[in-house]
Amino acid sequence: MIRVTRIYRFAASHRLHTLQRSEAENRELYGKCNNPFGHGHNYEVAVSVRGQVDARSGRAVDIEALDRLVRAQVLEPFDHRNLNTEVEAFRTAVPTSENLGREIVRRLEQNWRAVFSEDGPVLEKVSIAETSRNRFEVAAHENE
Amino acid sequence: MLITRKVEFSASHVCRNPRLSDEENRALFGAAANPHGHGHNYLLEVTVEGTPDPVTGMVVDLKVVKEILNREVVDVYDHRFLNREVAPFDKVIPTAENVAIDIWNRLVPHFAGARLHGVRLYETPDLYVDYFGEPA
Repeated sequence: MIRVTRIYRFAASHRLHTLQRSEAENRELYGKCNNPFGHGHNYEVAVSVRGQVDARSGRAVDIEALDRLVRAQVLEPFDHRNLNTEVEAFRTAVPTSENLGREIVRRLEQNWRAVFSEDGPVLEKVSIAETSRNRFEVAAHENE
Repeated sequence: MLITRKVEFSASHVCRNPRLSDEENRALFGAAANPHGHGHNYLLEVTVEGTPDPVTGMVVDLKVVKEILNREVVDVYDHRFLNREVAPFDKVIPTAENVAIDIWNRLVPHFAGARLHGVRLYETPDLYVDYFGEPA
């Protein structure tokens, strides 16, 4: 068993604001991240996959297939977007890195079987860095 | 406690299965199937596990780790064409996965006091593999 990790990048804007608190409480809770106009980050997403090395290819995961999946499910919908207004999940959920990590895991898991077979590689975790100073790791199946 | 030491080497390789046609190899490996080869700056992180010695305060002498990595990995892999110059890659496809496994196999007998915990091999800054051996 071996783990393969692929790193992807996208840039997006967001605003941290919960409808379940007042304007003043949101400012207090999220500080600068609550700026009504939003702000942006260069996100770095590491997708870790676990599998057996296949004798035919010498690889544990078809990287091009993984790239296509991540491109379609994460990069195209998120890159150069406003996460709050352009991504359905964040119309209600606050686009913190925690929730973003969960959403990425959810999207990859939902579409995994369309790309990888039953005995193929499994998604192990997604790690997301909003800036180079922090990192959020979400294990696959953590959403369940 | 886990201690990690990094080392770099540069090497060329071809990802090609001799039992498949040129077309099948291109479909499977893309540009990496180019028979002339291509290269990478590999970055290797080797992690050992152990308890600090009560006298030296060290899990392992990093000077010794550096010597082992240089002798067993860098001297063997650096500035080589892996398929032609480094066994087992005359028979095994030198994907990042198989290179990591080979490095693990080369290193594991040399760590007795401190146990070899894992190897992480970056083929590019955007792609790495982790190998921790197979469960006994």
